[in-house]
Amino acid sequence: MTPPGVGAKDFSDALKQFEESVGKEWVFTSDEDVALYRDAYSPFWGEPEERVASAAVAPYTVEQVQAVMKTANTYKIPVYPISTGKNLGYGGSAPNLSGSVVLDLKRMNRILDVSERNHSALVEPGVSYFDLYRYIQERKLKVWVDVPDPGWGSPIGNALDHGGGYLRSEFRVHFDSHCGMEVVLANGDLLRTGMGAMPAAQTWQQYKFGFGPWIDGMFSQSNFGVVTKMGLWLMPEPDAYLSGTVTVPKYEDLIPMVDVLTFLENSGISNGMPGLGSPLLGGFMMPPRAPEVTAMLERNGVESPELHKYALDKGIPFWNCTVKFYGPAKAIRAQWEYAQEKFSAIPGAKFQDGEFYKLPLTPEQFNKVHKPEFGIPSLDMFSIGARSPLNPTPTNGHIWFSPIIPRTGEAILEANKVFSQAAKDYGLPLLSFSLPSTYWTRSFIFLFGFPITHDVATNKKNRETFKQVVRVAAEHGWGEYRTAPAFQDDVMATYSFNNHALLRFHQTVKDAVDPNGIISAGRYGIWPKHLRGTKA
Amino acid sequence: MKGLAPVLFAFACLGLAGSAFGADEATIQKGEKVFDYWCATCHGPGLPGTVALETKYKGGKPALLSERTDLIPPVTKTFVRHGVSIMPFFRKTEITDADLDALAAYLARNNKTPSR
Repeated sequence: MTPPGVGAKDFSDALKQFEESVGKEWVFTSDEDVALYRDAYSPFWGEPEERVASAAVAPYTVEQVQAVMKTANTYKIPVYPISTGKNLGYGGSAPNLSGSVVLDLKRMNRILDVSERNHSALVEPGVSYFDLYRYIQERKLKVWVDVPDPGWGSPIGNALDHGGGYLRSEFRVHFDSHCGMEVVLANGDLLRTGMGAMPAAQTWQQYKFGFGPWIDGMFSQSNFGVVTKMGLWLMPEPDAYLSGTVTVPKYEDLIPMVDVLTFLENSGISNGMPGLGSPLLGGFMMPPRAPEVTAMLERNGVESPELHKYALDKGIPFWNCTVKFYGPAKAIRAQWEYAQEKFSAIPGAKFQDGEFYKLPLTPEQFNKVHKPEFGIPSLDMFSIGARSPLNPTPTNGHIWFSPIIPRTGEAILEANKVFSQAAKDYGLPLLSFSLPSTYWTRSFIFLFGFPITHDVATNKKNRETFKQVVRVAAEHGWGEYRTAPAFQDDVMATYSFNNHALLRFHQTVKDAVDPNGIISAGRYGIWPKHLRGTKA
Repeated sequence: MKGLAPVLFAFACLGLAGSAFGADEATIQKGEKVFDYWCATCHGPGLPGTVALETKYKGGKPALLSERTDLIPPVTKTFVRHGVSIMPFFRKTEITDADLDALAAYLARNNKTPSR
């Protein structure tokens, strides 16, 4: 395979120059090697439309990245940078445009700095969360990394794709908690943002903005440059951790419960990632649902007066919310007490103390906790999809439907109605009720997994359904925060205010900073001029 | 993973009980490091990869890969380069061919074969 629009000789010459830049062994062209860049969770697996690479090149230094980009720009070779390539469910290591050369940055795995005094780090793209965690542990540094779940990906890649974690709210949005980046542009030029633009500055990881327009956001979920370094803010190891759970009795109590939670979070009182649940309806991390509850749900849905009466008669709370705190032991106990005061405004609210840990964790505690809540990377999350007694015939992966909805109880109830109807309409497994995730303090996000199989017909049906639910969500103003390459055009099309002014702006920038359109063509719906209209 | 079943069938037909093919101690030690870095995070005690194999073999084989005595190097290499179920394959920038040789030798270290 050659990249689209590139002649065989030009491709061959470019590959030779790549070899001169990075060494022959780090340019991959054999079918066997290039196949390792497939998206293991591709919704097009084995179909002609599957997005596959033509080759891969793996530089070791920034200078090598610059050399590769200069070559690619000269020969107009489309390249697709990846950091660790572990973006499973959102595209993995495969390009948007088939025939692209994957620019594999995994070998650039240096941890350049971890400052215990500034609580920050400076890393390269090939560094994984596990690498950074181990580095910190080996040196006994009193800082925590906010890790996603699973945690084998790259802090740079995850931040650039707007991933989230589990620690204090100011660290959970990984792009928000980055500070300064280094970027190789399409022509090989090298850029540093923020204070990194001032050669003598000692504050690259201390002040984000530098001087003039803050452009870091333009390199996230985009294709305007190749990020080769990034600063991260780390969380000082706290003195203690505490969790507590409030339960409320009635269906409509969800609304004030969410309002109190949002107040507590935005006031900085509850600073850990909260969890919403339903003791009545059961679900993930909850006791199993009673059979009679399932019967009532099947008869009349979650709004059923029969179900509401059952909950009150049996004394089973409809909802619960677990709030979490990091900080000095005395302070977080007082914060939990204050949280209980606020939740007590809901009649019938009851409280249960959760876990209290004086940190660091003991080995016994280490083995028991949900590790990402303590800055510890883990792959335990794969237990959801892997073979297990509860899942004896696992699929081959998943993709995520992940819309952002308003942070209100009303929105949760409305979204459930809409998605339940969509499930009926499109033949999806019916969800009795789903509660959103709370990575961010200002909005909610739902995460629905769609299975990936190696059966073409099943994948085709799931792709069509996925597009339909994206459309249905957008009609209600609920937009995907991130999606697999297969759906990025569809999702970008839903951000359509004023005749797609946002996409048109992206395209204007793309044409200016990458006039040959060589970087990640099509990523997040942004196509270069010569492919615009033919792909989107 | 496409092509995996025929490959495994071929190994079975060869009747190979498995072997580290005379790998030296240094290679096996290197392989253990590769295992600890890349595999143990999912194939350690109680972790999803181990639970998956426990469910699959129902006690017929050890669920922990590090306790297996039947993993001949070609099988290890096939799983690493082709993946299985939700486990993805690993690129050569992650696990180099040399690292994979060492990993395969480590996982075959306890195999009972005429060559060891």
